[in-house]
Amino acid sequence: MSNIAVTDAAALPTVAKPFLTRLGTGFFNRLVIIVPYLWLLFFFLIPFVIVFKISLSQTAIAMPPYTPVLDFRDGVSGFFSGFRDLNFDNYVWLTQDALYFKAYITSVVIAAISTVLTLIVGYPIAYGMARAPATIRPTLLMLVILPFWTSFLIRVYAWIGILKPEGLLNQLLLSLHLINQPLVILNTYTAIFIGIVYSYLPFMVLPLYSSLEKMDYSLIEAAKDLGCPPTSAFWKITFPLSLPGVIAGCLLVFIPAVGEFVIPDLLGGSQTLMIGKTLWNEFFANRDWPVSSAVAVILLLLLTVPIMLFQQAQAKAQEQGK
Amino acid sequence: MKSLGSIRRDFAPWNDPSAKPYIQFDSVTKKFGDFTAVNNLSLTIFEREFFALLGASGCGKSTLLRMLAGFEEPTSGRILLDGQDLRGIPPYRRPVNMMFQSYALFPHMTVENNIAFGLKQEGMPKSDIEKRVAEMLKLVKLEQFAKRKPHQLSGGQRQRVALARSVAKRPKVLLLDEPLGALDKKLREETQFELMDLQQELGLTFVVVTHDQEEAMTMADRIAIMDKGEVMQVATPAEVYEAPASRFVAHFVGNVNMFEGKVAERAANTTRITGATGAQIVVENSTESKAGSDIVFAIRPEKIKVSSKKPTDAVNALEGEVYDVAYLGDMTVYHIRLDDGQIIRASALNAARVTEDPLTWNDRAWVSFRPDAGVVLAR
Repeated sequence: MSNIAVTDAAALPTVAKPFLTRLGTGFFNRLVIIVPYLWLLFFFLIPFVIVFKISLSQTAIAMPPYTPVLDFRDGVSGFFSGFRDLNFDNYVWLTQDALYFKAYITSVVIAAISTVLTLIVGYPIAYGMARAPATIRPTLLMLVILPFWTSFLIRVYAWIGILKPEGLLNQLLLSLHLINQPLVILNTYTAIFIGIVYSYLPFMVLPLYSSLEKMDYSLIEAAKDLGCPPTSAFWKITFPLSLPGVIAGCLLVFIPAVGEFVIPDLLGGSQTLMIGKTLWNEFFANRDWPVSSAVAVILLLLLTVPIMLFQQAQAKAQEQGK
Repeated sequence: MKSLGSIRRDFAPWNDPSAKPYIQFDSVTKKFGDFTAVNNLSLTIFEREFFALLGASGCGKSTLLRMLAGFEEPTSGRILLDGQDLRGIPPYRRPVNMMFQSYALFPHMTVENNIAFGLKQEGMPKSDIEKRVAEMLKLVKLEQFAKRKPHQLSGGQRQRVALARSVAKRPKVLLLDEPLGALDKKLREETQFELMDLQQELGLTFVVVTHDQEEAMTMADRIAIMDKGEVMQVATPAEVYEAPASRFVAHFVGNVNMFEGKVAERAANTTRITGATGAQIVVENSTESKAGSDIVFAIRPEKIKVSSKKPTDAVNALEGEVYDVAYLGDMTVYHIRLDDGQIIRASALNAARVTEDPLTWNDRAWVSFRPDAGVVLAR
């Protein structure tokens, strides 16, 4: 017996060590993977389930202002009877009132137009930055990010001062005798476009810059060498190769622009119909939490589609870049 | 191939005073800010010539090529192609094509679209483009890769696509910027011969930039050796090797031993040189070597004979000790330290499998050479 015990003890370190190491690294690897999933679970999935749950209930003059659902106060039977009260009435209501449909459409159209405008403004900026001497590129990058150091709200407020009838822009144009009476820009869709293009420009410029900057300039030279004039070389080589950046930039602008609330509220005036504003009104003016939750759920679904398209495009671009 | 070989054998327009130059660099200078990349350079290249620009990095050879392609304009001087001044003509209107060092294949296009790119710019009819692309694919043996994207090809295959793309338009001149630089040694050697055959087959003028002397020697009809923006010598590979014009050229191409000394005595056909330590050698006359003037005698390692006993019939024989031996298979390289301290590199072909009298470390040895085995260079 003692003989066996001795050999066991001697054998233990050599056998146990790799096993313990494997367990250790396996545990840490799993932990690293688990953290983002936990984050998504607590800060996205659970809140979403709560919002979805509220969207299926009814308003009530209570605190919070909706009928309780999935409630254990009346025991298990009460929980299941609560299930029976859940319905899609709020979603049906959204389809019956044209206001919501119009708000969704307007939001998507405004976001789409703004995205195209941002692309048109942002592409030359990104191109110029990517072709600038390598020594000044970090400075240019810094300048693009600089506005973030000021509050977003303050920057949007500043645009009111510029765009209002007696604002800086009209004063300038009047003093130059380019116009006879002040232009009405504030509280129009033009002001919303200006606001969105201005606010989201960095989100367009940065991905475009990164895709243009890593492009091999000898490709342009090769195109020219093969008889391609510069403009044509841009459309045949530079632009197609920057497409991953274009897609990333467009989605980074389009997705938040659809649900944008601050810019249409401050610059677009009271008559603008955008889904972010509608959501705010339902929530804070009407105090109809269930309907506003339904609006939010639909908005989320509306945005999930572009995100999935974006991810697909990225996967494809990654495969191409290999 | 025999007929092509004979064309190549008799090809020497540079010796023909009536031959019309095809490409002419006429006192070309290119400055980038304070840096002079090319300094008052004149050079003539003939039609159907395989011309190599050889030099270390930063010697201006790539700048020269880029000026010919139109990516850079000379600061002063003219570049003529077939009699036409190229100044002001943008790269997309020049009848030259370039094969880039990085290949610069368009990553978003298939192999066939890469090759067809230049032809489409020309506005060639679609059926002709297809025919030409098929022909090019066959030429570089990539028929089955037509639909692949560049990232799905190996380095050697990419090199061939780049080559096919650059010759597809049948340019007057093909410029090659380090065309084999990214290939491994074996593939590089194979491709060198393929490039030569291709050049003969298409009858094009090739201008190749390289820092690899072996590559230039193998492929080119003539080589221009460049240093600091200037041409040091333009000659055939054999001339560059056997009759280098300067110490720089002698050092740059191949290995060389240099004997420095003064002219001691001039006879009818030979010159006697006294080295710094008194050793005397006799060499064949060079044109301007007056008695008493400083002189350098350059001799290649393979032209020096190494023996363990003093050779009886040699005019020049110097004694020393074996300092190093390197057996390379096809030949053996000896480093002999002469009694005056100078180290001589000599190589001997291993013609027999077993050497009767092998020399090894610290053996006494004699080096000997003929008076006409080397060249006399000005200091």
